[in-house]
Amino acid sequence: MNGSASKPKVLIPVALGTNRDHDLAVAFEAAGAEAHCVPLSALRSGEVSLVDFQLLGVPGGFSYGDALGAGRLLGLDLAGWFGDQLHAAVDAGMPVFGVCNGFQALVRAGLLPGNDRHAVLTDNASRRFECRWVTLDPVSTSSVWTQNLREPLRCPIAHGEGRFITDDPGGLAAADQVAFRYVASDSAAADGAYPANPNGSLADIAGVCDSTGLVLGLMPHPEDHVAARQDPLRGRSPSGLCLPLFQAGVAAVA
Amino acid sequence: MTQLRDHTILIGPGKTSRREGGGAESVVDQAHRFGVNVDEITELRVVHLRGALTDAELVTLTDRLLVNPIGEWAIPLADHDPKGLVIETGLRPGVTDREGAELVRGAAELGIDLEAATIARRWVVDAAIDQAQAETLARRVLHNDVIERWTLGALAAAFTDPGAQSPATTLIGVRDLDDSGLAEINARRRLGLDPEEMIVIRDHFASEERDPTDAELETLAQTWSEHCAHKTFRAHITLEHLDGSIDTIDGLMGSLLRKSTDEINAPWVHSAFVDNAGIVAFEPGWDIALKAETHNHPSALEPFGGSNTGVGGVVRDILGVSAKPVAITDILCFGPQDTDPADLPAGVLHPQRIRDGVIAGVGDYGNKIGVPNIAGAIVHDPSYTTTPLVFAGCFGLLPEGANPTAAQPGDAIVVLGGAVGRDGVGGATFSSQTMGVETAEIAGSSVQIGDPIVEKGLIDVVLEARDRQMYTAITDCGAGGLSSAVGEMAEELGARVDLQAVPRKYPGLAPWEVWLSEAQERMVVATPDPAPLLALAERWSVGASVIGEFTGDARLVVVDGEEPLIDLSCAFLHDGRPQRKMRALAVDRSRPARQHASFDNTTMLLDLLAHPSIRSNEDVVRTFDHEVLGGTLVRPYGGVAGDGAADGTVVVPPGTSGKRGMAIGIGVNAVIGQHDPYAMAWNVIDEAVRNVVIAGADPHELSLLDNFAWGNPTDPATLGSIVAACTACHDAALVYGAPFVSGKDSLYNVFVPPGGEPDPVAPTLVLTAVGIVKNLDVVPLTGVVQAGSDIWLVGPDSGALGASHVDVVLGADHGGAVPEADPTAIGRHGEVADAIAAGVVRSAHDLSEGGLAVAVAEWAHAGRLGVALEVDSSPEVLFGEGMARYLIEADPSDASRFSELVPSARRIGSVTSEPVVRLGDITVSLDAIAAAWTGHHGAPPTPANERPGAAQ
Repeated sequence: MNGSASKPKVLIPVALGTNRDHDLAVAFEAAGAEAHCVPLSALRSGEVSLVDFQLLGVPGGFSYGDALGAGRLLGLDLAGWFGDQLHAAVDAGMPVFGVCNGFQALVRAGLLPGNDRHAVLTDNASRRFECRWVTLDPVSTSSVWTQNLREPLRCPIAHGEGRFITDDPGGLAAADQVAFRYVASDSAAADGAYPANPNGSLADIAGVCDSTGLVLGLMPHPEDHVAARQDPLRGRSPSGLCLPLFQAGVAAVA
Repeated sequence: MTQLRDHTILIGPGKTSRREGGGAESVVDQAHRFGVNVDEITELRVVHLRGALTDAELVTLTDRLLVNPIGEWAIPLADHDPKGLVIETGLRPGVTDREGAELVRGAAELGIDLEAATIARRWVVDAAIDQAQAETLARRVLHNDVIERWTLGALAAAFTDPGAQSPATTLIGVRDLDDSGLAEINARRRLGLDPEEMIVIRDHFASEERDPTDAELETLAQTWSEHCAHKTFRAHITLEHLDGSIDTIDGLMGSLLRKSTDEINAPWVHSAFVDNAGIVAFEPGWDIALKAETHNHPSALEPFGGSNTGVGGVVRDILGVSAKPVAITDILCFGPQDTDPADLPAGVLHPQRIRDGVIAGVGDYGNKIGVPNIAGAIVHDPSYTTTPLVFAGCFGLLPEGANPTAAQPGDAIVVLGGAVGRDGVGGATFSSQTMGVETAEIAGSSVQIGDPIVEKGLIDVVLEARDRQMYTAITDCGAGGLSSAVGEMAEELGARVDLQAVPRKYPGLAPWEVWLSEAQERMVVATPDPAPLLALAERWSVGASVIGEFTGDARLVVVDGEEPLIDLSCAFLHDGRPQRKMRALAVDRSRPARQHASFDNTTMLLDLLAHPSIRSNEDVVRTFDHEVLGGTLVRPYGGVAGDGAADGTVVVPPGTSGKRGMAIGIGVNAVIGQHDPYAMAWNVIDEAVRNVVIAGADPHELSLLDNFAWGNPTDPATLGSIVAACTACHDAALVYGAPFVSGKDSLYNVFVPPGGEPDPVAPTLVLTAVGIVKNLDVVPLTGVVQAGSDIWLVGPDSGALGASHVDVVLGADHGGAVPEADPTAIGRHGEVADAIAAGVVRSAHDLSEGGLAVAVAEWAHAGRLGVALEVDSSPEVLFGEGMARYLIEADPSDASRFSELVPSARRIGSVTSEPVVRLGDITVSLDAIAAAWTGHHGAPPTPANERPGAAQ
């Protein structure tokens, strides 16, 4: 790790079809990191290496066109030729952030929820792509990413395959691996009701972390609410800026 | 030699559809619409694999690539015991198949060698239906013959034939043909050329003492097509006025549309009409590129693919001027959703299927390339039943002066993007002709299927290549494929191309098909040094090939290896077409006096709110990503609960100073143009301007896009209607000082049923306005904000009822003047903009379809507050339509300041905390408004045969 004088560097890998890499870079830079969007081919060729970074952010989009299920093929990349580096980095304490398609890929790759717990992100209950703002209650107390989150976050979702299903929701909660739950705009429990829970996720789970709290994945896009201007309630009752989430990750390695 | 083995795996449990009712329509609901009474349909995936696989490889592949770890299973298809009737559907061989290609690639990642793969669908119907019903279900609901095959029971896998031979290039004997012989070739090859053009082509080749090759003839047909050459808008027109006097117009484009832009000579316009898109100033250092396109004919046949590639095409237009796409728009026109299937001519898809497919296609492309879809409109009118209209727009951002446009002799021609197939062969000529019952069959190959993630890669490559100054010119491969792209780039220089270097999806393509294929997601660039560009493309996993060079000899020469294909003079190709001579009859704009129509005002308001052209489209807009890129400031739906309609929308383009916004407004009206296309054009321009003014833009610095969709222009009355609309565009642009910077005309939007009368679309002009928001802090909010605010009405107290939505709801034309062209409107736009700039406008909404009553209802709903207005109860006041009319909410303490800034405003009421809207004799609760506006109100839709103007 470099000295505190230089900004932490975050690697944002870009697959064919990734499209929220720019948004994620903007969020990490607003939080004080130096973001690098790098095509997977450059990681594969060895031109760029994960060991030169302090953070990994797997961005949203439609890697490989969502063929064979969202995140499946990017997950194959992450678990395959990228897997050893990735596990070594997490073992060494690197925070990893996966959003939307990045979350789907981390789940497919087995990094989330991890510990042989099974989860899938499948078609929204509505069976439609949905883009709308949601409210997220930060649940996990141990993840590096959710430190300092005092109030619910608000940000948009934009996905068609975001319904979180797991065979062990109780175990996830008990292990403090539920990072975020969807809640109503007044912070009341969503209890599965649309649109507060926009996709029918089990137990209103919007994001999970691994058992170390270093690896976080979530379906909504906090990277699209890091400036007050982005809030659709601008001028009425703005709230839930997501910048502290990125600041926590960056602070952990600064 | 490897032994081929085919494996077929079924993945379950699949998705089971039942009757939904309400908004979302399932396949079971659709089946019922066609009289097939089933309760459940389950959709499973059938995976066809070709390759010599071990059992262990098959298990690995299934576990890692095909099933989910929770809740899914895979079995050999032969082991499936379906509880019901089975129908299978699958893509035709050669149709773009991203899933199949990724399965092969994913298997390779796992070290498993697959030769080919494709995924089909198995539909299990849980009811006893007879053969005829099963066929109806398959044809009308489950599959589209243009791109798919179907069968009862198991569908055999179909892969492209790796050994297919390419047909040879042939000579087409035209030298010795008379007029009827030329007409026969024109019809047989569906060239769509005018008889005069065929004669010019014959004489040209006679003078060269040879006959053209098929490729040369097809290249001429494509270059001279209406779609590419805009020959109606460039024609010499003889216009016959009602009084018998005659005018001539030497090209609508040059003498009206471009002429107004030249006369305005706006300093912010950096490029108009010459490139793939218009280019205007945004802020120091940055320009905006803008363009809107139509994709009507393809969307009628294959709604998903048609609209999907419509978005893809317009995004490439923006990329074709070296700009980063930052916003998408879509304007969609459909027939009534409750059309009785029995009333549809053969060969026409049901309007509901068209709508569902088009919306899904628009969303799929924009969502996948990661460009926010931030503005649009959906219009319903019976005239769009047989011919839907799909307009797609795109806005981009580029550093000022960053679009190079000067290829040099010796520059290499590089194609970036995907490989070519038979998809989209002949699209340019197909979309330049009327459609009939046989069109789907003949034009099947004209429909393209998009692959948006390839285009996302293209965006990344082109923008980096631009910043590294790797190319000297760029254009997109759209209609006409390489023929159009290379042909246009080589217009002055000439080029030599070898088709052997063009990557193909499969063998068996004729050389002319490779040349004209409209396979999507390709750009053509000129570069003096291709090596770094090829390396850059590889880095981003995008295909790139050098296919030839620009020569400087002003000839277009194409060979396929050793075989000569095309050798045409660029002068003949681009300037040899004889100017079309056309006749137009001026429009009779007179209107009968208004006849009394009796109705209850409250009922009328609720019926208007529920009308498909007025009601909320939030459910549609929520399927489009309008947040990606993080720059969206004013969304299409906003207000307290995110369900109130905004007027204009605003994007703060990423990478700019963040101090300015780009405001986008859209105007469209299906009704007025059926009576008075001149007034219609003024009104839609005004609507687009109102929208950007409310979004905070300066109305004295606007740029406009025109999109014309009309019927057959060889009909003099239709051409007269086009002339009237173009004249209005010219007149309004000058009065508003707002230049047109790009546009597109789509003609021949006519369906000709067998033995029946041609059924053209309503004359439809879609107007897109873009303006600059110079102060983001004063942009008015969507929906009323605070109880106690004053409400001001800007503009006349009453509007016109002729061609209004009141008559649409009543289902009959009751006469009366249409909303007139109002040259004083620009003054009111300026006043409102001044008040917004002064920070005294809390929120605003414009009066458009349905007039004052609809506007105030939408506005109150968005803010979840009541509004009480003191106005009288005449239909002209409550529902009349007209230009430059606004509702403004302002703080009572700003009243004197507001009335100074907006002298044309009159204070008519206030915002209340009671959840009720009152105006005239109307009292209606917010709940009733919401129920009607979101479609839960039982208003009868307009009968198909009683629309205003149906008899004209």
